[in-house]
Amino acid sequence: MEWETVIGLEIHCQLATKSKLFGGASTAYGAEPNTQACLVTLAYPGVLPVLNGEVVTMAARFGLAIDATVAPRSIFARKNYFYPDLPKGYQISQFELPIVHDGHITLMLDDGSEKCVGITRAHLEEDAGKSLHENMEGKTGIDLNRAGTPLLEIVSEPELSSAREAVNYMRRIHQLVRYLGISDGNMQEGSFRCDANISVRPKGQQELGTRTELKNLNSFRFVEKAIDFEIERQVEVLEDGGEVVQETRLYDAERDETRAMRGKEEANDYRYFPDPDLLPVELDEGFITGVREAMPELPRAKAERFTADYGLKQADIDLLTASRDTADYFEAVAASVEDKRLAANWVAGELGAALNRDGLDITASKVSAASLAGLLNRIHDNTISGKIAKEVFAAMWDEGGEADAIIESRGLEQITDSGELEATVDQVIADNPEQVEQYRAGKEKVLGFLVGQVMKATQGKANPAKVNEILRAKLGS
Amino acid sequence: MPEQRQTIAALSHLLGAGEVSSRELVQASLDRIEEQDKELNAFITVTAEQALAAADAADLARANGTAGPLAGVPMAHKDIFCTAGVKTTCGSRMLENFVSPYDATVVERLADAGMVSVGKTNMDEFAMGSSSETSYFGAVKNPWDTARSPGGSSGGSAAAVAAGLVPMATGTDTGGSVRQPAALSGVTGFKPTYGRVSRYGIVAFASSLDQAGILALSAEDAALVTQVIAGFDERDSTCSPAEVPDYAAELDAPLKGKTIGIPKEYFDAGLDSACGDAVHAALEVFKQQGAKLRDVSLPNLSLAVPTYYVVCPAEASSNLSRYDGMRFGHRSEDAGDIESLFKNSRTEGFGDEVKRRIMTGTYVLSAGYYDAYYLQAQKVRQLISDDMQRCFDEVDIIAGPTTPTPAFKIGEKIDDPVQMYLNDIYTVSVNLAGLPGISIPCGSVNGLPAGLQLIGPHFAEARVLNFAHRYQMETDWHKQVAGGGQG
Repeated sequence: MEWETVIGLEIHCQLATKSKLFGGASTAYGAEPNTQACLVTLAYPGVLPVLNGEVVTMAARFGLAIDATVAPRSIFARKNYFYPDLPKGYQISQFELPIVHDGHITLMLDDGSEKCVGITRAHLEEDAGKSLHENMEGKTGIDLNRAGTPLLEIVSEPELSSAREAVNYMRRIHQLVRYLGISDGNMQEGSFRCDANISVRPKGQQELGTRTELKNLNSFRFVEKAIDFEIERQVEVLEDGGEVVQETRLYDAERDETRAMRGKEEANDYRYFPDPDLLPVELDEGFITGVREAMPELPRAKAERFTADYGLKQADIDLLTASRDTADYFEAVAASVEDKRLAANWVAGELGAALNRDGLDITASKVSAASLAGLLNRIHDNTISGKIAKEVFAAMWDEGGEADAIIESRGLEQITDSGELEATVDQVIADNPEQVEQYRAGKEKVLGFLVGQVMKATQGKANPAKVNEILRAKLGS
Repeated sequence: MPEQRQTIAALSHLLGAGEVSSRELVQASLDRIEEQDKELNAFITVTAEQALAAADAADLARANGTAGPLAGVPMAHKDIFCTAGVKTTCGSRMLENFVSPYDATVVERLADAGMVSVGKTNMDEFAMGSSSETSYFGAVKNPWDTARSPGGSSGGSAAAVAAGLVPMATGTDTGGSVRQPAALSGVTGFKPTYGRVSRYGIVAFASSLDQAGILALSAEDAALVTQVIAGFDERDSTCSPAEVPDYAAELDAPLKGKTIGIPKEYFDAGLDSACGDAVHAALEVFKQQGAKLRDVSLPNLSLAVPTYYVVCPAEASSNLSRYDGMRFGHRSEDAGDIESLFKNSRTEGFGDEVKRRIMTGTYVLSAGYYDAYYLQAQKVRQLISDDMQRCFDEVDIIAGPTTPTPAFKIGEKIDDPVQMYLNDIYTVSVNLAGLPGISIPCGSVNGLPAGLQLIGPHFAEARVLNFAHRYQMETDWHKQVAGGGQG
């Protein structure tokens, strides 16, 4: 039988605020356990939540970016359950009236076609703390630093049909929240993670199959592997005549498999009700307009503009618009370089490789956009060849300094002086009579060899176009 | 040594004139507590040392001319207000040894005004009760008859003020917990509009209903204290940013031409006839001052208690989830795993009435019951609120009894929760609608005080206090002292 997969993702995206959703404690990652837990975090008797207004703007920005409705009125609700890392015994979330609903995002599929994926809702909620098991002598420790950190939970429609597509969607959302400046998207630190709802059904069937939920997937790779495993598992169960059990499962990256969580961890009736400590969030037109006017250029618009303004290839555009920082860097280079494609090639190619090799973010690049532009201009005005430029770039990267200074101090300037080149060309013609003969007999390809000999003789400093020209002139006669 | 039971206004005058020091007043208060509280059990914690130090500071401020009008006057806090460095038990074993690291806004503002807290008063556990009998620290006795309850949940505060241990004590009013004990103990109990006074630092019971209030000897004193505690607090999102008017300025305003609404449902079969007579007599006093009486109707009044007992336990069940033995409060010794730590800590830490409400609240919020109970209760709450709003289109204020009967015997209702809940029948609708209300002594029934309740529109604190003060200018029920005579 042929099977069809239906996937919906719930992405938990930590919002980049300095303080928590409802209290004054810092949200910075990596502090000593429980040093970022204020009285509100600790849920002391008598304390009350006060909404951090910044998150409302961030959520609204996301809503506008996915063409969603930013609700004029949304409500915080309490999700009640007992857990040691949940100090109040309830999580403040949004239930019936989320701040963002009914949006969508467009994916580019492998075959070049586009797919629009619906986003049911995005709501604000607070994160829980963490249980610590390492170095606890068999006990469990609780770290509440993360408790109360603001999250935007982004819930897609069940419209994704493969693990690959799910990852594609997740990458788009990841790119978007970073463009919007509302999250650092740091997956190692748990700032961007997702739960996946997965079901399979016979191809063509309307009704959805029974779904399972995979919890806490915190890398693109794991999302793909976990979903693939789960699809295969479900299909196997069904083909063996069994039934998929609706349950929550965890992905074990070490064993590359999913397994069911214990029953009692999920058997909760959350008893949602509106939180009486918080007023409804009411947003007027003026607020929305303000957010709209302050919106940065989004990936799609940027890609379209790059195509129109710079005439770049799709592959380069994808690379250059992957993050706002990369795009900004490219544009800073392109602004002072005439050959935009050259700029694109270098940012996507040589610079990208160097960043990758050293594990650096483009904002920490050892070669600034202005310096790179300086180098590219020397290629453009024929001071150096592309090959020599790579050598100059490597020196800039490793030792610092500007292209001009390096070219000068190392004497790398291209030889364009005809007199000097003609002498070398004459020497090469004299040294390679056989090849010269072949060329004259009509074997055009041999010219490349002769050019190479000239380049070799000048240690790559000769201007290849000029060498070509001189050779042709001398041999053609 | 000043006489017992002097108002804040009088004490402020004496302090200002240098006729008495704060130290003397506070020492006298501590002496009376020492003398009388073994029997009354109005206090859970007495903070003599801190109080005397604060009194000396107030005296110094007076001498330096930097003291405000309330500086140096003794008072007490209901043990639901968090006080830095002093135990806040909320009447519960759960918080028996809990010391808050911070002051509630109300505590902070009264301390800033120089008032001197002598201790923390007894109360129903987590403010759940109408008799102050559910306290882990034992029942509070009514100074008028120690076999009787002073009412609750702010029964310790009411008894302390009635017995003259302090001229004023704070309370909280979720369903009548300030007004009902004021009525049963013969003192003035004022609950401002929901949102007028910050809830920050008040151990939460039912968040949409809880409001700080005052138990005092007169409406004038209530006005003086409200002036200090009212007003915006950024730490409570439900606290109103509305300007706080000068409450003293309107106290004396004449009532001529004002209209008082009398809801006929407040005088039905459930009302003790002698209490009813006392209220009718009080209404005559207003009439003599030129106010007009008009019959009004609150058709949904009978739904107020059932509605309240859905909304309030629902919120309480969630608010009390934080008492899990993990970070503060009672932690069971008898726990092998996390599940039993939660269960046993809560089983041992909470009393029966608290458990009853947690169970009720959990039930009404459960999947499958939410719509029928919680959602329905929210709709009825709106109807009750609308009824009261409609009255204020016609009248300036609503008047009626505070409670259906005078003080009942300790033990009389404790095993019959429904009878106990019905004691709140005239007070809970005021909380459901978020309105300001006051209870003032208006008569005597078999030697026990009866209470008159006045209810105003949202943020009409000044009007409510004005009506109460005008009544107290003409009568002396508020000056009657337990055991006879006037104080």
